[in-house]
Amino acid sequence: MKQKTQTTALLGLCTAAAMILSYVESFIPSITPGLKIGLPNVVIVFVLYRLGWPAAAAVSLVRVGLTSILFGNVMSLAYGFAGAVLSLLVMTLLRRAHFFSVVGVSVAGGVSHNAAQIVVAAAVMRTTQIVYYLPILIIGGTLAGILIGLAGGMLISRLPESIIAKWQ
Amino acid sequence: MPAKCKVRRDLLLIFILLLAAGATLCLTLLFRLPGDWVVVEVDGEEWGRYALDKGASIHIETEAGGYNVLEIADGCASVIEASCPDKLCVHQHRISHSDETIVCLPNRVVVSVVSGRE
Ligand SMILES: [Zn+2]
Repeated sequence: MKQKTQTTALLGLCTAAAMILSYVESFIPSITPGLKIGLPNVVIVFVLYRLGWPAAAAVSLVRVGLTSILFGNVMSLAYGFAGAVLSLLVMTLLRRAHFFSVVGVSVAGGVSHNAAQIVVAAAVMRTTQIVYYLPILIIGGTLAGILIGLAGGMLISRLPESIIAKWQ
Repeated sequence: MPAKCKVRRDLLLIFILLLAAGATLCLTLLFRLPGDWVVVEVDGEEWGRYALDKGASIHIETEAGGYNVLEIADGCASVIEASCPDKLCVHQHRISHSDETIVCLPNRVVVSVVSGRE
């Protein structure tokens, strides 16, 4: 019981951190729709590696839901949800495969996040014209994924195991 | 799995993604045609079509009550004003070549350039 409460508290803390990063990111101007660094992903990557995918899914989905309610609208919820689900799925599978390091996993996550958003946008706007954004979003997702992977990797290796061991 | 191997695969993944996207981008830039028309779509339906060589200012109104102001000048189209909260459409570059597109996600407005006489 105590352990469960502590894990819940830790996940709440991570969700709060992810939301603060969403908020900070909303001040970084974007030139193209969908082109973002994805700062909250640093937290998601950390939780995925340290606490496993169910915890990462919980933090990610609560983050998307609350951010859309607080700062967005119904449509931003659809885009955010699609991106979060696909990128988490891809990152979970690649992490299990032990094929890439954190950076590779996060790059694949960033690119799949953007690809999912393009698909939702094409469906919502009922246009295929939007696929012309794909190359630029792949480049953006890759570069963002590198940054997020490096930052997430640092968090994973620098934050001592004992922090989480103590919590759990 | 040795960490060195993984990093090498990371670099390979990054290289492949950047190469594929970069090559696609270069090819579209190389083979793009000068545009003739500006097509406005709202909610997936064609809303209007305008000649790119004639200056104009078009007030696009959506059923949801939003609007975008499209300006055509010097053979280029751009959105100069909009009711959407993010204003991403206003910040996008002017477009003048085939298949270049400006989207306004909140208003579901797509402005794209086509070439040819259709
Ligand atoms: Zn707009």
